[in-house]
Amino acid sequence: MYRYDEQDHKLIRERVAQFRGQTERYLAGELSEEEFLPLRLQNGLYVQRLAPMLRIAVPYGLMNSTQVRRLAHITRKYDKGYAHFTTRQNVQLNWPNLEDVPDILAELAEVEMHAVQTSGNCIRNTTTDQFVGVAQDELIDPRPYCELIRQWSTFHPEFAFLPRKFKIAVCGAEHDRAAIRAHDIGVQIVKNAEGETGFQIFVGGGLGRTPIIGVSIRDFLPETHLLSYLEAIVRVYNQLGRRDNKFKARIKILVKALGPEEFARRVEAEWEQIKDGADQLTPEAIAWAKRFFPEPVYKTVDAAHAGALLRDQAGSNKAFSRWLERNTFPHRVPGYQAVTLSTKPTGVPPGDVTDRQLEAIADLADHYSFGEVRVTHEQNVVLTDVEQEKLFELWEAARKHGFATPNIGTLTDMICCPGGDYCSLANAKSIPVAEAIQRKFDDLDYLYDLGDLDLNISGCMNACGHHHIGHIGILGVDKKGEEFYQVQLGGNASENASLGKVLGPSFSREEMPETIGKLLDVFVENRQPDELFIDTYNRIGLEPFKERVYAKAS
Amino acid sequence: MPKPAKKPVGAQPENPQRVLCDGAVVENQWQLLQLGGDEDVSAESLPAGNLILPLTLWLELRGTLQARKNEIGVWLDSDETADLIGDAAKELPLIAANFPAFTDGRAFTAGRLLRQRYGFTGELRAVGNFIRDQLTYLTRCGFNAFAYQGDQPMEGLLDSLQDFSDSYQAAVDQTQPIFRRRALA
Repeated sequence: MYRYDEQDHKLIRERVAQFRGQTERYLAGELSEEEFLPLRLQNGLYVQRLAPMLRIAVPYGLMNSTQVRRLAHITRKYDKGYAHFTTRQNVQLNWPNLEDVPDILAELAEVEMHAVQTSGNCIRNTTTDQFVGVAQDELIDPRPYCELIRQWSTFHPEFAFLPRKFKIAVCGAEHDRAAIRAHDIGVQIVKNAEGETGFQIFVGGGLGRTPIIGVSIRDFLPETHLLSYLEAIVRVYNQLGRRDNKFKARIKILVKALGPEEFARRVEAEWEQIKDGADQLTPEAIAWAKRFFPEPVYKTVDAAHAGALLRDQAGSNKAFSRWLERNTFPHRVPGYQAVTLSTKPTGVPPGDVTDRQLEAIADLADHYSFGEVRVTHEQNVVLTDVEQEKLFELWEAARKHGFATPNIGTLTDMICCPGGDYCSLANAKSIPVAEAIQRKFDDLDYLYDLGDLDLNISGCMNACGHHHIGHIGILGVDKKGEEFYQVQLGGNASENASLGKVLGPSFSREEMPETIGKLLDVFVENRQPDELFIDTYNRIGLEPFKERVYAKAS
Repeated sequence: MPKPAKKPVGAQPENPQRVLCDGAVVENQWQLLQLGGDEDVSAESLPAGNLILPLTLWLELRGTLQARKNEIGVWLDSDETADLIGDAAKELPLIAANFPAFTDGRAFTAGRLLRQRYGFTGELRAVGNFIRDQLTYLTRCGFNAFAYQGDQPMEGLLDSLQDFSDSYQAAVDQTQPIFRRRALA
């Protein structure tokens, strides 16, 4: 992974010192609340319902075991002994003291971590597919480009006070596991007819109260021009994006107002002026960035033997077989598999892990996966490089620590925002809804029979739980001071991205598990063999679901 | 076209007595001119001395101001883009960019474009409601003067100029991004 050199260390230390000074000035009354707000946000610090919340950056979701152990230590020393993995592949602490934040940042800096630009109206943490480097459908590993984007966007002097937050995601595989069309900029790595690497560029995607799927404004951008093209897009946005209404300030509104063709024309005109400048990714620069992501030293294994062993183990152990089926992912190197550690056992807020679990993750990474872990945008953790022969051992260890729930990709592997339990913006709680659904659908055979199914829950229209792009999306709404839940169907985060449609009137929290049950009944009754929920929905439409759910009891 | 952003009421820039210029506190030698809206202004009716004119007035009068070339500057409001001055920037002794609110970051882009695209070499002055904590970013975008009108001591402003010793990406002050410097190292 990328390692800091002396300049990175110095810059991050300078940032910590700067924020320490700002915090002191704020506490001394020299910096107003209004002035401190964007400064603390750009250092990851929110003021939440119950306490401050600190969002720590995990560049493109990648951490090493030393960093994970430091997080465990920080949650114990400064917080309540647990942390939360977010849909932007970051980590959040829910209970730090404002006064301690500079010290937390200093401790993070020692292990090459920070909280720079994890919030605020600036370019946020770049995200990507959690299986980069190992997925069989990967064209090119996005990590070197993600790192170059990270460096380009960190402390960008021109773009620290944009009209609104700005999110970039990169995908290097055929299957989009990074939801790039739901981002302000989505970068798809492609090859042209001549075999040259380049990028297809999507802009103007995003969720929130005006959900929009991003549109492609360029089919092939040569590799060398990535940063100048990003700069051109953000520059056009910085100059023309609306600033009079924060709900209309995202780039998606600008793209919509100008029309994608006119927006693209302006970007191209801007880019023409800067494309041959210093930001060009020369072959030397790309080679330099790639050096940080070398292929690990894989063992040459007897794949047939490893496969046979796995089949034996799975055949004689149902629980292991289930876990193997749902929580592991094929690897491009024979004899290896990627493993997802589920943070979604019933009764735990999705994405929450304790300090002990963090330490266990670090240990597992050291023992089984070259000391590295990935945070996924579904709020789980991935070990990418596990020898098949070690899977059984790893499974037993993961079970001991509570993250071997074999539910990855199923209904109970839901994305869920912190909701009204923590967030001051929320209209409704989301964690108890997630839990009630998990409790109702705890029969694994039934879950597996349903197949891959994305269920996403947001506690308000800001859509941190990505409800618009869940096959089933749940949105918490407030009706005269009471919490209700609206259901949407047909959202999709993949390369066939689509937004969910509202089913109809909302439901009380108590009605939610049963409502989901009825939706699943309609699916099961209508599906063709092996069809997934989203495909059945696309085939039969909203009506049959609506009829069942709102049918009057006869 | 998107609806233009509204200007916040009462966010017009002031004329502080002292400004920060090239790292030192100096007397403000320039008067920033505000227009109420319906005055009839001509080249002859302008006061004497160094003046910073609103962009619209400068565009209107520039042909008649040749004789005072070295004492007429221009200020851009945050909804006015650098291309409205364009290559004429080369001839100007001073350009100011207004921050009606410190969260309005459009002038950062104006600064870079004036310096890097339009060849402006004069004094680039931030005016309005920017804050001390933005000085390093402003400097990186080409600003070398700050008409600070807040209530923090000027000495603190000088400290903030030293917040960072290096930078990741190319801008006005550092023309090579760090990846390029490292890849060639």
